[in-house]
Amino acid sequence: MVVIPAFCLNCCSRQLIQQFLGTVLLLYCFRCVRSIIRSVSVDLNNDASLLIDIPDALCERDKVKFTVHTKTTLSSFQKPEFSVPRQHEDFIWLHDTLVETEDYAGLIIPPAPPKPDFEGPREKMHKLGEGEATMTKEEYTKMKQELEAEYLAVFKKTVQVHEIFLQRLSSHPILNKDRNFQIFLEYDQDLSVRRKNAKEMFGGFFKNMVKSADEVLISGVKEVDDFFEQEKTFLLDYYSKIKDSTAKAEKMTRSHKNIADDYIRISATLNITMSFVSLQKVEGRVASDQELKLTELLRYYMRDIQAAKDLLYRRARALADYENSNKALDKARLKSKDIPQAEEHQQQCLQKFDKLSESGKKELTSFKGRRVVAFRKNLIEMAELEIKHAKVRSSIQLYYICFIMCTNELQYAWGICKILCEQI
Amino acid sequence: MAASSDRNPPPFPASEEPETGLCDMADGDSDEGEDIFVNNSTPVAVSRGVSQPDQVSEEPPDLFSEEEAISTAPTLSTTAKSNGVHSDDENDLFAEAHVELSADECGSSAHKDPSSSGPRPTSSFTQSPAARQPTSLEQLEEEEAKDSFDVDVSVTSPEKIGDGMNAYVAYKVSTRTSLNMFRSKTFFVRRRFSDFLGLYEKLSVKQSLHGCIVPPPPEKSVVGMTKVKVGMDDPSSVEFVERRRAALERYLQRVVSHPSLLQDPDVREFLEREDLPRAVNTQALSGAGFLKMINKASDAVNKMTIKMNESDTWFEDKFQEVENEEQQLRKLHAVVDSLVNHRKELCMNTAVFAKSMAMLGNSEDNTALSRALSQLAEVEDKMEQLHQEQAASDFFIFAELLADYIRMLGAVRGCFDQRMRAWQRWQEAQSTLQKKREAEAKLLWANKPDKLQQAKEEITEWEARVTQYERDFDRIGMTVRKEVLRFEKEKAKDFKSQIIKYLESMLQSEQRLIKFWEAFLPEAKAIA
Repeated sequence: MVVIPAFCLNCCSRQLIQQFLGTVLLLYCFRCVRSIIRSVSVDLNNDASLLIDIPDALCERDKVKFTVHTKTTLSSFQKPEFSVPRQHEDFIWLHDTLVETEDYAGLIIPPAPPKPDFEGPREKMHKLGEGEATMTKEEYTKMKQELEAEYLAVFKKTVQVHEIFLQRLSSHPILNKDRNFQIFLEYDQDLSVRRKNAKEMFGGFFKNMVKSADEVLISGVKEVDDFFEQEKTFLLDYYSKIKDSTAKAEKMTRSHKNIADDYIRISATLNITMSFVSLQKVEGRVASDQELKLTELLRYYMRDIQAAKDLLYRRARALADYENSNKALDKARLKSKDIPQAEEHQQQCLQKFDKLSESGKKELTSFKGRRVVAFRKNLIEMAELEIKHAKVRSSIQLYYICFIMCTNELQYAWGICKILCEQI
Repeated sequence: MAASSDRNPPPFPASEEPETGLCDMADGDSDEGEDIFVNNSTPVAVSRGVSQPDQVSEEPPDLFSEEEAISTAPTLSTTAKSNGVHSDDENDLFAEAHVELSADECGSSAHKDPSSSGPRPTSSFTQSPAARQPTSLEQLEEEEAKDSFDVDVSVTSPEKIGDGMNAYVAYKVSTRTSLNMFRSKTFFVRRRFSDFLGLYEKLSVKQSLHGCIVPPPPEKSVVGMTKVKVGMDDPSSVEFVERRRAALERYLQRVVSHPSLLQDPDVREFLEREDLPRAVNTQALSGAGFLKMINKASDAVNKMTIKMNESDTWFEDKFQEVENEEQQLRKLHAVVDSLVNHRKELCMNTAVFAKSMAMLGNSEDNTALSRALSQLAEVEDKMEQLHQEQAASDFFIFAELLADYIRMLGAVRGCFDQRMRAWQRWQEAQSTLQKKREAEAKLLWANKPDKLQQAKEEITEWEARVTQYERDFDRIGMTVRKEVLRFEKEKAKDFKSQIIKYLESMLQSEQRLIKFWEAFLPEAKAIA
């Protein structure tokens, strides 16, 4: 792979994103990349007492190394500003430990960031390598550029979701005080030892919970609270719908990508390097922007809703426990045996259940608000992007038409199009 | 940038323009057999770069004429490049764009509008035929440019006649003309697909012997037609019929815009005559049959042991060009096909997504958000329609254009082969003559006066044949040349107009897209 020196198209900085499988990405520097994507969730990073971001990331083979940067005014931390390197597995460890913590049973734990998935682009790169002999040099170069753009998109996405995860934690009044969270942010050694221990302890528990969760809810434990009854119905229904929408949105964006690829090949064959390439760049950009806006939005909230459902499962379980403890108490009274233990157990269950219900209600209400705000933001941005890109494409098409028609009056045609472009 | 405002680009360095007398090429099929053409069998030292119609024709210089244009005219592309002033521009959209115009398939206005009126000049033997310097190809082209045809044909109203397996589709062929050779100014007839094939058969038998490029008709399709016959009204049958109708129209338009073919009585009969006798044996000449014929001819040519000694490389070079271009078009067609399919896929996926969004909107309990999601579903529905139309335009404008020209290039190859055959005939006649002469010499020596007489007669006969075949060969060479040039010009025009049409349809799509999203934006903003 050849390393080509390049500039960021936006700010002309030379500080480009680190290598991807040996090639340097041509499009943007990291700062501009991040300014191009807004976060899917609302701006979480605005509490100055604890500011977290991921300013840098490195891709080695398939492993992504994130640099987690923290700026804080809290005294619980040793330094006011620091950075640590973290891997994806470290994030998962953090998430799992939070889920397993009993005290947080009444909270919606932010969904874990998904594993970085370079499978798609990697497969394409493989195919490209195989088909290299059959393509012209131009075609190959263009497809390679497009591929690099795809890697970039995956990369952007993965950094973003990891960052959002941390920011959700930092903005949660209870979770941001978690000891493990602090360790994650601060501990400057490798976390892998801790990770291994955690795995042994919690192993399959989480998975078991998810498996039986549905049964607990659906088995119709009698709900005592209208609010939760409604929430249950709503969340179950909404989850299945949003899951469906996410899958369909992904398919749609994949089609867009295929079309963009076709335009590259067309332009390569025709040797018209100008317009069609720009067209496809915009088309490709549309596909990736749509992907980031809509699909990511849907995907994110699908996972968030799962986390909300998990809260409901935990509460339903606590309710079941409480009801069982009631039955046990009745039995004990009948037999006149072990009554104090039974009473105490019942009290504990009740307390736990009440606690869960109270915090659960709060969480679910704020979750609603969060969701609505995020949808609003992203739908607006998506519409604005569609409009912007359509205008850009129109002006390119118009330019090309003028160009073909008035080939000896290029000056004039160019003048028109310049004006048009400035209107975007 | 000043260079770009020149109407005529500066003369190309590589081109030699022999300023010779205009040795006109009258109709290729003129049977006057004038001897002025004989000498043209000597090599025409015309440089490859001369195929610039731009400088002499009345049409504005075409940036996109031929590939050759670029190779011999670096000035032109640098002109274009200097117009890539984009690099100075702040708009980074064009920053990486560099204009490499080696596109060889765009030209100016559509061929459907005759540029100027007036019949084909037949009396332009103005220059002295004595100026035997090679006919400048440019000057040939100048002649072509003056041609125009006042015949406008269209194929419309497909109508299914009959039922079951004997059913067929009849099309209305309407002609509008100002030429006197037709019975009236406007008229129409009904024709079916096999009639078109029959016309092609008649034309190709006659005209291709002269080296004419006869436009090939659209291909037969058993599957497509069976569906239509069985009477299904589904969208794919409708699309099939529409596709065929459009192809037949383009076919006829090409036929009537060809000066020699228009004169052919069969063409006139096809356009005018009420009841056309059914064409039979059309199997051989459509689709696969046609291709097979072309390939067979090519094979025959390749098997020729005597290699044609071309002192003029024009034919060889041009043939190679034609083959390369055919390859390129095939490749392009495959990609455009894939584009069409992907867009159809996008249609489907968008429709499915829209429904899913609508369901999600129903589930949503926040009223404003619920409404916004439903609106989004509607927008996506409209997008699906847009994509549908775009797919149609991809197909009918772009893909069919490529398919047409792939077939046409096959026909062009065919006429080159005809020329080879003519040469072969001539060579064979020459060797037969040689044998006869040897036989005569033997008879002289053996002193057989009666057989001698017969031998002498045979020699005379064969001498005449040799002369005739040589003349034929030269004539066919001229025709092929003229035809190829005309074809290239038409192709350039065609491609240019079609690509503009395609871009215009895309532009329209974009405008509508913008409207849809601009209507959606306030809904999104209203979420609270």
